[in-house]
Amino acid sequence: MLMRTLNSLAAGLIALVLAAPILVVAGVSVNEKKSLTFPPQGFSLAWYAEVFTDPGWRGALITSLVVATLSAALAVLIAFPLAWFLWRWRAPWARAFEVLGMTPFILPPVITALGFLSFWAAVGEYGSPWTVVVSHAVFFVTLPLVTLSLGFGAVDRSYVEAAATMGADDRTVLRTVVMPLVRPYVISGFAFAFVLSLNEYIVAYMVVGFTLETLPIKIFNALRYGYTPTMAAVTVLFVSLTAVVFGLIAWFGDLPRLLGAWAKND
Amino acid sequence: MIRRAPRGLAEHAPILFPALMLVVFFVIPFSLMIAVSVFRRVPGGFYEPDLVFANYERFLTAFFGGVMSFSLGLAALVAVLSVGIAFPFTYRLVKLPRGAQIRWLVFLLSILSLSEVIIGFAWSTLLSRTAGITNLFVALGLMAEPQSLSPSFGALLAGLVYQAFPYTVLVLYPALARLDPYLEEAARTLGSSPLRAFFTVVVPGLRNTIVATTIMVFVFALGSYLLPQLLGRPQHWTLSVLITDQAIYQSNMPFAAAMAVFLVLVSLALVGLALLAGRREETA
Repeated sequence: MLMRTLNSLAAGLIALVLAAPILVVAGVSVNEKKSLTFPPQGFSLAWYAEVFTDPGWRGALITSLVVATLSAALAVLIAFPLAWFLWRWRAPWARAFEVLGMTPFILPPVITALGFLSFWAAVGEYGSPWTVVVSHAVFFVTLPLVTLSLGFGAVDRSYVEAAATMGADDRTVLRTVVMPLVRPYVISGFAFAFVLSLNEYIVAYMVVGFTLETLPIKIFNALRYGYTPTMAAVTVLFVSLTAVVFGLIAWFGDLPRLLGAWAKND
Repeated sequence: MIRRAPRGLAEHAPILFPALMLVVFFVIPFSLMIAVSVFRRVPGGFYEPDLVFANYERFLTAFFGGVMSFSLGLAALVAVLSVGIAFPFTYRLVKLPRGAQIRWLVFLLSILSLSEVIIGFAWSTLLSRTAGITNLFVALGLMAEPQSLSPSFGALLAGLVYQAFPYTVLVLYPALARLDPYLEEAARTLGSSPLRAFFTVVVPGLRNTIVATTIMVFVFALGSYLLPQLLGRPQHWTLSVLITDQAIYQSNMPFAAAMAVFLVLVSLALVGLALLAGRREETA
């Protein structure tokens, strides 16, 4: 009994510490005056409105959403054929590309960022808006690659054999049997890459930081030139968006399994 | 469906696009960075092809040694603290009912995907004089007047552990979720207290997982870039900050690249160790 109370207490404490910075920022974001005070004085949603009406903040918000959508889509386009190929054929050499896809995510991000910086400078594209899309897609390709490997791994090969015996070719099998089974994994891979791209700072900064302002870059610049409650409002919006995306993944997919736990009936 | 080696262009076609993208946009930039590290810097912000090791020789300076040992020490401290808190936490987490587990996982994933900028901003607010936690202490009568707790080493450490904690839990989660519950039950049946069973059965059984996770978190913490700038003082700047500073503000790409290559070698060696530690347990 004592053990259980202590455990709940510890879990509650951890939850509180994890939530504390966000709670304080949420409090600051509804301040009436243009100052960072906590507990908030007065109540106003003006700073939330400013995120959408101030051209600087709105521009950064749109940039971030566009970059995240495009780069997550490109990451899935790179990861899907690779994961499918590894599942469909016996080609041990192709594992080398899988390892390649995992590397940028394991190494400290500054390394990948610097690699991109030297590359885009060398080919004369440094600062072009689309370079950040390609950079993020390659940087985050690990996430759809991992979810899709899990997804293909979960496909029961006897279904595929049955379809093949009935005369379906590879393409038909992929479209009618495999695709519906791996779709949740495609979506979660996209979502992981999307959310991480939305919040990514150093690669974006090194690749297009001076020509294209994403929200994290905008927030960091704002931090250096003086605090405004708008930053707090943006932060709260970002945290909520992230929680919603992962909530949806959990709603539609098997989150514990996606994160590596075995399913109940394994 | 027979799995055999692919033959001909048609069967190889699907892998062409991913292979091309990864080679052009990862292997080439990475190799280029290694090449730049031995290039010669030309005053005025550029560099030209050469084969000089002057950039690497700069590692031998006291300043670089200081930054490097600070970065490694900080990452080690963060890794030990994170695993120390996250291991018992994850151990409890995997035993929760499924719904509660999923709510925790969504919460942890949300924190994990927060930008370093946002974590830095949130913590500097939480530790500030005007909007920080000390206001709460004053309200409770524990403190005479609010004060600023950031920037400081403690603030930096808190921010880094905060950032690393969800990552640590998610790395530990599969191993703990797959842990055979019978071992612990057996220990309990034989009369061990839950705490004793945890320390004599669970922890030693997962020793390699703990070691591997600590190394992974170490590499993760080594990559922190914004938190040292937002929550620490200049003497707390890490290698990542120094690399960016050289690349962007000092326009010294060769030196930045040399430091990055060094960081790659350290990280790869550590990741290799982590994989080795993890593998032994799987075969055992």
